[in-house]
Amino acid sequence: MKLTAGVSLKPQHFEEAERTRADGLWFEVHAENYMVAGGPRLAWLERIRSCHPVSLHGVGLSLAGDGPPDAEHLQRLDALVRRIEPVLVSEHLAWSRREGVYFPDLLPFPRTTSALHRMAANIELTQQVLGRRIAIENPSHYLALDGHEWSEVDFLRELAVRTGCGLLLDVNNVFVSAHNLGGDARAYLDAFPVAHLMEVHLAGHSVDANTPLLIDSHDAPVSAEVWGLYRHLLARAGRPVPTLIERDDRVPAFDELLAERELAGHVEALA
Amino acid sequence: MTPQGFVQGLLGAPGHPAMAVYRNTVMKGCIDALEANFSSVVRLVGADWFRSVAALYVAEEPPRDARLFTYGGGFSAFLGRFEPAADMPYLEGVALLDLLWVESLTAVDADALRADALAGLAPEALGGCRLIPHPAARWSWHPGLPISTLWSRNREVGDTTDLGDIAWQGEGLLLTRPGLDVQWCRLTAGGAALITACAQGHALADAAAAALTEDPDCDLAAALALLLEQGAFAAASTSSRGLEP
Repeated sequence: MKLTAGVSLKPQHFEEAERTRADGLWFEVHAENYMVAGGPRLAWLERIRSCHPVSLHGVGLSLAGDGPPDAEHLQRLDALVRRIEPVLVSEHLAWSRREGVYFPDLLPFPRTTSALHRMAANIELTQQVLGRRIAIENPSHYLALDGHEWSEVDFLRELAVRTGCGLLLDVNNVFVSAHNLGGDARAYLDAFPVAHLMEVHLAGHSVDANTPLLIDSHDAPVSAEVWGLYRHLLARAGRPVPTLIERDDRVPAFDELLAERELAGHVEALA
Repeated sequence: MTPQGFVQGLLGAPGHPAMAVYRNTVMKGCIDALEANFSSVVRLVGADWFRSVAALYVAEEPPRDARLFTYGGGFSAFLGRFEPAADMPYLEGVALLDLLWVESLTAVDADALRADALAGLAPEALGGCRLIPHPAARWSWHPGLPISTLWSRNREVGDTTDLGDIAWQGEGLLLTRPGLDVQWCRLTAGGAALITACAQGHALADAAAAALTEDPDCDLAAALALLLEQGAFAAASTSSRGLEP
């Protein structure tokens, strides 16, 4: 089945997700939440998987970390991939582990050539263990780090060329980062290597209570600006790309997510 | 900002105002995980108090595993030594039961040993039998504190504000998951000692002796029947043969 637009799957929506039938519908979950030995959570995901394509989105491999990914974590991801047989597997251009401590966030790093080599090796190892191609996602930024030798787009392109990995473009992250660091979101999309594009994320953001920063909070509908950027991206890509409506906080009724998904479907149909 | 400055800002030293966004996200992720994992404690103390105490725990024992449903292994002990909670001596035990509930929920699936699996065994064979706890079985005994009543009433009714009618005595709890749902029941001191000895690999006769040492009034037959009925065992083996579920 050809994937059109999908939605984040939350436990409170399992039953509706299982019942719903829609052309090209798919679901994405955070892989870490299902790295269990057994129990109802995994049983539910297997039931969803029996009637819909499922994408596994990892947040804990720390591919841009200062060393290789945690071996046990990678093994657990592999076991889950074998069990669920996901249609897509993705991770982030970020780190989340340092000296044994796990930080539940997607943290920035200086995009140097040595970081490129390290991350490419980590992606290659991951793809080798999983026996499949993964997609790497651009994170949201809040702070300009010193020491970058590569633009984010060039860094991502180079990773894709060197490792054969795909790219997951989060349009909301592009918008949020451009606002926070002072950049041009449209120029970012124009430079993005769409040939490697495997998946798109769309999500809502919010304004920080204490600073002028936009926060990639996944707690609101997709903004009008991000819809505009999405249309621009697909026009550039010239083909529909599997697109996820991401929602992790203030999760609305399932029907609301499906309605947002319909919007993405309309844009995709025009591509 | 330099990378080293970034890590320092993340771990504690104040820096650039935008560092607060990263720090808040990390802290929120950790506290949200604790709030999800220790839902009975949250209902007992209220979300505001819980989140402020959870922040102190995060600073002391940050997560080391990206599977955040495993986070908080030391939270029960932390609450036990947390001075401002000294007037709530039951929090430590309630937190432990929350932790055991998540462990049971996420443990590997297995069939439980049938309740009648031991029915045909001669007494000597029964005494030499080793019972292997089910992978999702968890239990604990709390001397002097009605932890099981507090915890199960909290889970079943949600209302634990009135502690007046609870008998202040030692209690145990058994959590099992023979299917997909975690179930629980009260456990006596003898019952808890019995399954603990089984888990340590002792034959049933030795486990029974351990139960009687712990609880001289223990009704061994009733304790064993309860454990079997609840699906606390996965298998039984004698020296000569094993019994399947």
